[in-house]
Amino acid sequence: MRKRLLPSQFDITSVVVWGIGILILAVVVGGSIATLRQGIYAPSVWLDFFIFGLAQGSVYALIALGYTLVYGVLFMINFAHGEVFMSGMYIAFYFARAFDESGFLNRNPIVALLIITLVSMTVSTSIAVVLERVAYRPLRRAPRLVPLITAIGASFFLQNAFRGLFGPRTKVYPDVDILKGSWTVFGIEILKIQVIVIIAALIMMIGLYLFVQYTKVGRAMRAVAEDKDAAALMGIDVDRVIVITFAVGAALAGAAGILYALLFKQVTHTVGFIPGIKAFTAAVLGGIGNIPGAMLGGLFLGIFESLGPNLFFSGLNIPAPNQLKDAIAFTMLVLVLIFRPTGILGEALAEKKA
Amino acid sequence: MALLEVRDIHTYYGNIHALRGISFTVEQGEIVTLIGSNGAGKSTTLNTICGITPARHGQIILDGRDITRTPPHEIVKLGVTQAPEGRRIFSRLTVYENLLMGAFTRTDPRTEIEQTLEMVYEIFPRLKERARQMGGTLSGGEQQMLAIGRALMAKPRILLLDEPSMGLAPILVQEIFSIIERLNESGTTILLVEQNAQIALSICSRGYVIQTGEIVLAGTGKELLENEMVREAYLG
Repeated sequence: MRKRLLPSQFDITSVVVWGIGILILAVVVGGSIATLRQGIYAPSVWLDFFIFGLAQGSVYALIALGYTLVYGVLFMINFAHGEVFMSGMYIAFYFARAFDESGFLNRNPIVALLIITLVSMTVSTSIAVVLERVAYRPLRRAPRLVPLITAIGASFFLQNAFRGLFGPRTKVYPDVDILKGSWTVFGIEILKIQVIVIIAALIMMIGLYLFVQYTKVGRAMRAVAEDKDAAALMGIDVDRVIVITFAVGAALAGAAGILYALLFKQVTHTVGFIPGIKAFTAAVLGGIGNIPGAMLGGLFLGIFESLGPNLFFSGLNIPAPNQLKDAIAFTMLVLVLIFRPTGILGEALAEKKA
Repeated sequence: MALLEVRDIHTYYGNIHALRGISFTVEQGEIVTLIGSNGAGKSTTLNTICGITPARHGQIILDGRDITRTPPHEIVKLGVTQAPEGRRIFSRLTVYENLLMGAFTRTDPRTEIEQTLEMVYEIFPRLKERARQMGGTLSGGEQQMLAIGRALMAKPRILLLDEPSMGLAPILVQEIFSIIERLNESGTTILLVEQNAQIALSICSRGYVIQTGEIVLAGTGKELLENEMVREAYLG
């Protein structure tokens, strides 16, 4: 037997983990103090960061709902969800471009945007439903790792199919005139587009909440999430409810795609990857399987990502603090997984789920 | 013709031959009980009727219609509901929502469903008091009431009850069983599975004894209560 050099509480890994934790804390606190003391940004700039973060976070929240809904009924992470999000906005791009060229987009912007959103939602939903039927349902009784790997495979399949069919070049969404410029609210200038993204996302989140809480199908989704056999004994067609769950999550992702396209303009076959992973992070952050958790997690991550790098690193003379936002987001994911694996609103997994 | 006829069903869990040719009938208006020890195949029989664990051989006939291969949600529509073993209440749905889930397949107007709800509340006033509470916060006896109430919400032609006495204090068992008797008197056909043979046989019209996946004895409740083998093995 090897002789123990240190008592078990002080084993080398936990010392390292704590060391890293203290280091992160020191950078965050020291950096924030430095930034604020130097007064690098005016208060109105912080507000801009905040509102941009809120807009970005709304998009994350809508995508995160798809992860959390599917996890709720199947205990599976649908890693192709980012591509479901991408495919809707990708196809809708061609409609947007055609509407722009014919002048319809700026003559009748509300109708045009609604059509584009509907196209995106329809495409995303169809892809998710086909995916469930072809790739996931046959594996329902397989070990949990199997559908996970299949989902990653489906994700690459979709990325490469879009690349092959539509080419690798970046597509740029046309500008919509009425969304340009800004409004002044209480003396604060806010970009119109950000306000609209936030409000649209909020409406959809409230809509989803009402759907899950107060409709017959919503109740059935909650019942299936809790106990599939008991749900079947109530006369619920469990397979159908699972398909509906995929469809609802995908429809939200499709709508989120248009909001994303309005914010960032550019579409490629890989555009879903980073937002997909971020939204997954948001879902874990809020407590995976928990609907309000996904919403909160998304908004929180968006704001954190927008404020964090500027607040923590600007005062430390780091050349490009914004490039560190992904690093910050994933550091937070790891920290949450270590210190609060159930997420902000997550409850300890019930014995039936574990 | 019997309302429910089970003909020589065989059910497997993987390679385990759980039901080895079970046959019995339930007539309209009866309480039929299946007794037997733990693992004899009583719950499996109910789950096979409900389509959760379909039979590999044999037939299940409901009112002349073969439902052996019908999926579980269709079987509920045909009028077979179950208050399953362990109650299986949806703990994160309210009591009211749990009851609504029971009426999931019904397509008649909302007022009719409300009527059934009132009827269930009349049978189990406790559920009305707790309507807004989460199912998971109920006591064992209340959960059993909710499980039965939920199964009644579908207006079943036959109600399957799996171990309603399980884990309940004797006084609650009495209460639940007098409600079961009253339900039957008001016209509900019941197939009851119980380990508590004494109380089950005392309220049933007919009973069957299951041992290791086979029916070994059949008779009226009174006959079985007096049977030597039953007294020795199940009434102790």
